[in-house]
Amino acid sequence: MKSGLWHDALGQLRGDRAAMASLVVLGTLLIAAIAGPAFVGFREDEIDWANMAASPFEADGHWLGTDRLGRDLLVRTLHGLRVSLAIALAATLVSLVIGVAWGALAGYLRGRADALMMRFVDVLYALPQVFFVIILTVVFGRGPLTLLVAIGAFGWLTMARIVRGQALALREREFVEAAIVGGAGTLRIVGRHIVPNLLGPVIVYATLTVPQVILVESFLSFLGIGLQEPLASLGNLIADGAAEMETAPWMLAVPAGCLVLLVFSFNFLGDGLRDALDPRDR
Amino acid sequence: MPLLEIRALTVEFSGTPAVRAVDGVDLTVDARESVAIVGESGSGKSQLLHACIGLLAANGRARGSVRFEGKELLGVGHVAAVRGRGIGFVFQDASGSLTPHLRIGPQLAEVGMAAHGMTQEAARAESRRMLECVHLPDVERRLMQYPHELSGGMRQRVAIALALVARPRLLFADEPTTALDVTVQAEILALVAELCREFGMALLLVTHDLGVVAALADRIAVMQGGRFVETAAAADFLAGPRHPYSAGLLAAVPTLAGLP
Repeated sequence: MKSGLWHDALGQLRGDRAAMASLVVLGTLLIAAIAGPAFVGFREDEIDWANMAASPFEADGHWLGTDRLGRDLLVRTLHGLRVSLAIALAATLVSLVIGVAWGALAGYLRGRADALMMRFVDVLYALPQVFFVIILTVVFGRGPLTLLVAIGAFGWLTMARIVRGQALALREREFVEAAIVGGAGTLRIVGRHIVPNLLGPVIVYATLTVPQVILVESFLSFLGIGLQEPLASLGNLIADGAAEMETAPWMLAVPAGCLVLLVFSFNFLGDGLRDALDPRDR
Repeated sequence: MPLLEIRALTVEFSGTPAVRAVDGVDLTVDARESVAIVGESGSGKSQLLHACIGLLAANGRARGSVRFEGKELLGVGHVAAVRGRGIGFVFQDASGSLTPHLRIGPQLAEVGMAAHGMTQEAARAESRRMLECVHLPDVERRLMQYPHELSGGMRQRVAIALALVARPRLLFADEPTTALDVTVQAEILALVAELCREFGMALLLVTHDLGVVAALADRIAVMQGGRFVETAAAADFLAGPRHPYSAGLLAAVPTLAGLP
């Protein structure tokens, strides 16, 4: 039953060339991020005293050059990719699960429950994220997990608002009334009749969340409250590279190119998924 | 004891100004009886049905008493138990009352599982049977199709089957044919009448089409401005309405007399 929707969506997605290419790119990046560093021959914090700020192919073994401290750029970018992808995917998953459930329930229940749930979202919205992150790092120390909690705690708010708006509109549709009159319970109606019908905007927004989270992460790392050297993320690699833009452009080009590829792929995949999940477009 | 007993039902919507859509209405429907509510747009007939089954908009409030098989439906939470198994509902626009992303088969089966705790196999067999009952052509293929792949008439047949799967004792039909073209309207109405006889269901039909009423209803209630102005047996009503508004409604039915 449920597999029918996903089965059809997969079939549709297979016909979409841009989305399939994006899937291949994302898969390659994912494998490279997980397994790649093991094949490069340098550690991400290993300093090559003989080759500092070497350009690509200039120094033996450093295919994409080295940074100011002589660390291999390829292995650092792969590590950065790994950290950025992990944080982005985990934060997006958190925002998907909490945001969709919260928003759909609030929109369906409407009235007092809705007001209460959404005021809670408003209160969290009103907290400045940077201060929240600083407090978290003071209490729990800096690290990927703190960063994830900090980003995840805010990431679902917008999702909840989008979903709630959609659910409020869907709730007035006759098929929801038909389901209510048919004797279905709250959870069944929300799970079977409301959530699947708002997957389109949810998935599009989720694919926009991934690059957004990567940017927030890089912003926090740049401020010094995110990931710390020698740990690498795409964010702080780009920040480092931007400082050397004029003398060593590859330090910016490699991680930035990686980020662009990542963001493009997520967007194309999002477009393809949206088309595939809407049966009316077939 | 009547199957459905409505006493002094009032429906109000808050706002500026507040609107009283239904104003102290009494109505009974006996088992196996078909009753039609006729009236112009905005006379409150749809809200009457919606209030009975607890589907009012967020700013709506119903007062009075609605009893189904003796159980009060307003305010006390019995209404959830009555939905589906007690009272089925066919909406005006069938295209809207089917969930767009679910295939016909699973959508019907779900109602059977929710209302009667059927297993998936039993619910599927039941939905297949119901689609045959509503004379949907090519049932096996339809089960695997999405609502948007069917024509308007077929969708309304599916919507009726959707209400029937739960085997209600009373069927609410809220202008079930307005969204369809004239030839299909007649087919659907004949179908509703046939199914009510076959399943021993009572019918409460809302319409503004008096031609429909003549064919279907045992009794007719004429609604105007939230009140019933006349309640009569269908035959008596059509022979000679007592209230001037009813006479006006009947006179408004187009006839072929006088055409060249």
